[in-house]
Amino acid sequence: MRLAELAVGTEASVTAVSGTGSFRRRLLELGILPGTRVEVIGVAPLGDPLELLVRGSSLSIRRAEAASVEVTPIEAASAAETAPLFDEARLGGEP
Amino acid sequence: MIVGNPNVGKTTLFNRLTGQNARVGNYPGVTVERRSGKVLHRGKQFEVVDVPGSYSLSARSAEEQIALQAILGLSGNPRPSLCVVVVDAGQLGRNLYFAVQLLELGAPVVVAVNMIDEVSDNPPDLRALSKLLEVPCVATDARRGRGKDALLDAIADGLAREPVARPRIAYPAALLSDLDAVRAELPEPFLETKRDPQALALWALTSIDPDDELEGIPDGLRKRVLGVREAANENGRDLDLEIVGSRYAFVDRHLPGLFARVIEAHPPKRRASERVDKLLLHPVFGFLAFVAVMLTVFQALFSWSEPAISLIEDGMAWLSGVVAATLPEGVLTDLIVQGVLGGVGNVVVFLPQIVLLFLFIGLLEDTGYMARVAFLMDRVMKSLGLHGRAFVPMLSGFACAVPAILATRTMERQKDRLLTMLVIPLMTCSARIPVYSLIIAALFPASASFGGVPVQAGLMVAMYLFAMLTTLAAAGILGRTVVRGRRIPLLLELPPYRVPSLPATLRMVRDRARVFLTEAGTVILGCTIVLWALLSFPKPPEHAREPAPTAEVAAAVAAPAPAAEAPVTPIEYSIGGRLGKAIEPLIAPLGFDWKLGIGIVGAFAAREVFVATMGLVFGLEDLDEEAVPLRERMKAERKPDGSPTYTPLAGLSLMVFFALSCQCMSTLAVVRRETRSWRWPAFMFAYMTVLAYVASLVVYQGGRLLGL
Repeated sequence: MRLAELAVGTEASVTAVSGTGSFRRRLLELGILPGTRVEVIGVAPLGDPLELLVRGSSLSIRRAEAASVEVTPIEAASAAETAPLFDEARLGGEP
Repeated sequence: MIVGNPNVGKTTLFNRLTGQNARVGNYPGVTVERRSGKVLHRGKQFEVVDVPGSYSLSARSAEEQIALQAILGLSGNPRPSLCVVVVDAGQLGRNLYFAVQLLELGAPVVVAVNMIDEVSDNPPDLRALSKLLEVPCVATDARRGRGKDALLDAIADGLAREPVARPRIAYPAALLSDLDAVRAELPEPFLETKRDPQALALWALTSIDPDDELEGIPDGLRKRVLGVREAANENGRDLDLEIVGSRYAFVDRHLPGLFARVIEAHPPKRRASERVDKLLLHPVFGFLAFVAVMLTVFQALFSWSEPAISLIEDGMAWLSGVVAATLPEGVLTDLIVQGVLGGVGNVVVFLPQIVLLFLFIGLLEDTGYMARVAFLMDRVMKSLGLHGRAFVPMLSGFACAVPAILATRTMERQKDRLLTMLVIPLMTCSARIPVYSLIIAALFPASASFGGVPVQAGLMVAMYLFAMLTTLAAAGILGRTVVRGRRIPLLLELPPYRVPSLPATLRMVRDRARVFLTEAGTVILGCTIVLWALLSFPKPPEHAREPAPTAEVAAAVAAPAPAAEAPVTPIEYSIGGRLGKAIEPLIAPLGFDWKLGIGIVGAFAAREVFVATMGLVFGLEDLDEEAVPLRERMKAERKPDGSPTYTPLAGLSLMVFFALSCQCMSTLAVVRRETRSWRWPAFMFAYMTVLAYVASLVVYQGGRLLGL
């Protein structure tokens, strides 16, 4: 499912950030990484842009760009658990 | 040097540290403001520089590159001895990402954990943070001035010591060898900064793109970065994710340990903000509130500034009167009264609107509402190729282009600013109203109506609509041609609502007003003097200088004399007057005669001066606001064949010309100041004049073809 398709008030976990170049990098740098929890907290009255809550900060991006973020909605029950951290092991780095 | 994310209170902190001693300058080579100030602390003096906020050091444009250049001391920037990275205590996760980048460089750093008051229910453990980052971390509340001394102590300490450690970010092994490859190509100036070469390589790897707009990147480095990226792609590696992910992994691993309790996704402060947003971003109430706020801003510019403007005008008139009466009659007195005092008046008269507009902008920015304006209007502004934040400057353009152009500073990107600046002068500013009023009253009968709408009122409305449509069209066209740039995706932060700080806003207003007076003001003053000289010299010989007594005007109104027999007015004899005559063949196809030509030349000082200049052309002085004698005179003006010189069609053509042409040296002066070059004001003048000429030509010749 894409971030742009999330209903207002739902939380989701980012699974992949597609797209290319500097904008994708900017999204990553703002903390939208695989494993990060995001919530759509609002949509502008004219339908665009979206307002997200990421890592305790509000961030607005347009639908077109939000479409490049792949997410899985988090069920209300599991939402109480702590957000999964970015998977270091997958990168093969040493702690 | 103060660095950090946007909206973390860097500027407030800067103001707190420097007090009244800040200077506003520019970064070398770019039109980004550089604010610096001196601080004296415990007998030591140091200079503090405020760097524009950014979410990351990696850059893709020359503008974004400033942060790195300022920190490294490249491209003509002095090398800072220490960086204070300001982080928002309530958003440590994202803010520490930036801090980590800075620490990797190995620059001496002090962390100011700002807005500490907003997390009093679950404050971060700063001792643990200091230990983690191995740099001093100080709690500050810049808005109330708390933590200033502790921060200054930490700065003084930090200046005395060399940094010892860098954060241990666990980058994957493959990335480390990529970084070594990039390191080998780092240019000499980078290496001379004595900063960590691996961190510099990381910067290069996350900044250089096939189509970036960075400056000073040698070909070798560019080739190497692109090669490394390509090779990584082929191996199925994701370099950006490796780099950014490893840094965030570091932050995420340590962040929970800094807090006594789990960080809530919606802390109380944010919850309150979200409740306000429910109302202010509501499809109905939100827009009503938006309209109310914007109307207030507009009303302030349009009406509230009026008493102050009148006061300034009356004051300048009084002063001119006194000077004129004191000094002997002569060229020098004229120069002082009409050139210098007139020029000073032309500058100062903008102050009320500038002050009011920036007062509002300051309050809107401080409360967090400006970000909401951009959020609400993004959809509309995007379709025009404009930034959401362009709305307030555009709206201000209805009052006056000068404060509106200064207000484009609320946009971060230079291209957004430039595009907005280029179209603002097309909005119907208040200086056009006297011109329209004169033309409409003189050339269109009050009794006429068209389809039930009174022609006079209808025309005024039509001129506003016409200007708005032209502005939108111009924004669309210029945005795709002249100021074309890669479309930048919107990234907007809606900060929590906060109580604005009046002292900070007043300080910003004062800085803006000062910059306007000293930089744009001198250009306006100079232009006024030149224009005065153009319209005053050479003086006509005594015998030709026939006064135009009221009796004669009355006679002329009663029985209009052919133009040829009219006495030569001093203005007609001047260079400006001759210029007006000289351009007559050029403007005749628009339906204008040489008298209007002089009026147009004179209106360059400011559009409303058209009325006074036309008065002088017809030998009328001291016109009041209604300018009734001038209207009558224009209405009565006849061509040699006895037909009216100024037909309603010519009037319409003239209004279209005024709607579109850039008859305002003050606008050009502020555009020069804001873009730091004559290139853009020259372009603006050229495109608007051509547009005005062509549109008037179409109106007049088209109207003639239709038999009007």
